[in-house]
Amino acid sequence: MMTDLQAIMPILIVTLTAIVTMVAESFQPRGERVPLGGLGLIGLTGAAVASVLLWGRDLTGFGVMRADNFALFINVTLCAIGVLTILFSTSVVERERIPSGEYFALTLFGISGMMLMAGASDLLVIFLALEVMSLSVYVLTGIRRSSEAGAEAAFKYFLLGAFSSAFFLYGIAFTYGVVGSTRLEQVAATLASQVSGPSVMTILALALLLVGFAFKVSAVPFHMWTPDAYEGAPTLVTGFMSTGVKAAAFAAFIRVFLSAFEPLHAEWAPIVSALAVATMVLGTTVGVAQSNVKRMLAYSSIAHGGYLLVGLIAANSVGKAGMLFYLAAYGVTNVAAFGVMALLSTDDHPHDNVRDFAGLWHRRPALAAAMTVFLLSLGGLPPTAGFVAKWYVFAAAVQEGYYGLAIIGMLTSVISVYFYLRIVVLMYMSEDVAVDPAPRLPRGAVAGLALATLAIFYLGVLPTRVINLAVQSVQGLF
Amino acid sequence: MITLNHFLLLSALLFSIGTAGIFLRRNVITLLLSVEIMLNAVNLTFVALGRFNGSVEGQIITFFVMTVAAAEAAVGLALVIALFRHRETLSPDAFTSLKW
Repeated sequence: MMTDLQAIMPILIVTLTAIVTMVAESFQPRGERVPLGGLGLIGLTGAAVASVLLWGRDLTGFGVMRADNFALFINVTLCAIGVLTILFSTSVVERERIPSGEYFALTLFGISGMMLMAGASDLLVIFLALEVMSLSVYVLTGIRRSSEAGAEAAFKYFLLGAFSSAFFLYGIAFTYGVVGSTRLEQVAATLASQVSGPSVMTILALALLLVGFAFKVSAVPFHMWTPDAYEGAPTLVTGFMSTGVKAAAFAAFIRVFLSAFEPLHAEWAPIVSALAVATMVLGTTVGVAQSNVKRMLAYSSIAHGGYLLVGLIAANSVGKAGMLFYLAAYGVTNVAAFGVMALLSTDDHPHDNVRDFAGLWHRRPALAAAMTVFLLSLGGLPPTAGFVAKWYVFAAAVQEGYYGLAIIGMLTSVISVYFYLRIVVLMYMSEDVAVDPAPRLPRGAVAGLALATLAIFYLGVLPTRVINLAVQSVQGLF
Repeated sequence: MITLNHFLLLSALLFSIGTAGIFLRRNVITLLLSVEIMLNAVNLTFVALGRFNGSVEGQIITFFVMTVAAAEAAVGLALVIALFRHRETLSPDAFTSLKW
């Protein structure tokens, strides 16, 4: 019992913090504002510390939760994403008059669902975790009730999300039919012992689970919801869901496909390769054509999902560790990039057109410099975190002989650099278009920008330590 | 004699009806109902397979799925109300402020 509870300690801490946040808002005195974001920061730091303390102990909770290094690595990544989101949010939530109790509580509930998803070793628990995460994010997407685009984005996201989870659940049902259990160890054992090749039901289960995951990681052709949901959601929520949801979905994707369905690697690898190619190519080419920066970053996040899929197909230790590193690097970078956009927007001006960035260096030098770092990291230029992440993923593909995937990946990254650099060039090269008095940056946002920049350069210049941790975390798993 | 295959076929049929309902969208409420039909088709599969495997697990899973479906319906209907406030219509074709 004690070890069971220890294994889920990070999740427990985040859930409790979410409940406390929700209750604290309703008890705050009229006219006073309790700093609810601070509660979230404490809780997430606590969860990160608990994850570090559990490192290497490989506990199991209630038979369906694993606190192995893999789950803990993802937990720490999710805590970092959550901390950055909250640091950027505190001022923005106040400005946009978003109900802060709901906002922070839902963010924390979402993170607890993501952590549950990363650690679950039973398909049913993965499904429940997926729903806990998704329901929180649907509501967060539509949390600005005055915004028509927000309501529309939330409904589209909800509808396609619910649709895809029905497919995922149908896949679980067929897996249960073949194996007689939903535990991942038993699925792996049964599939490995099938000598006469997979049955029709096994193939159906595999295909349906793949569709469910492809929706969640927004792989082409299951990406239709992504640009709309990302554009309509409040900017910081977009940052949160483009990183946290993706990290959690990929964590479960890796665990299910590289442990339970590993015996069928030869069956699913060609299909996932096709998805990866389509995702990388479409994400980049359509991204080039966008004039709305939020939509452009949505397509960029689709393309990043494609690069991650390359790591999943290669599936050697370099590829798996590279994926974990990629999720951490991409997570920190993307949240921070959306954070800068949220800081720039005002009530009457969303500041999301490419042209809005013209001459930003003259108006807000600090924000322009930070945005440059984030965009270069997203584009995968050295010496940033994004470069190292792409390097490991493509190296893994080459090692396993997937030359075509590696080449397409590198070519699309080169094209994607164009639309990141376009913004950078506009920020520095153009004359100032509108001179408005620059408001002081809130302290939380300054801390967030500094932390993200430090993390990006640390991961980009001295990646060895984190890569070693990532290698350790995939060792015990498969 | 009704065998497992009959149940599986019936649930596959229900699942297809739900899927078709999503694609032939006419009304936002119908879309929500279609998702519910899909989830309940899966429930039928679980119960039939559980019975066939001789374990109660399939039936227990159904309760979890029902709970999730209820939570989803709550969020979905709330979002429909939020949408209706802005547009005063339930036709999905009217929701075009974002490129679909």
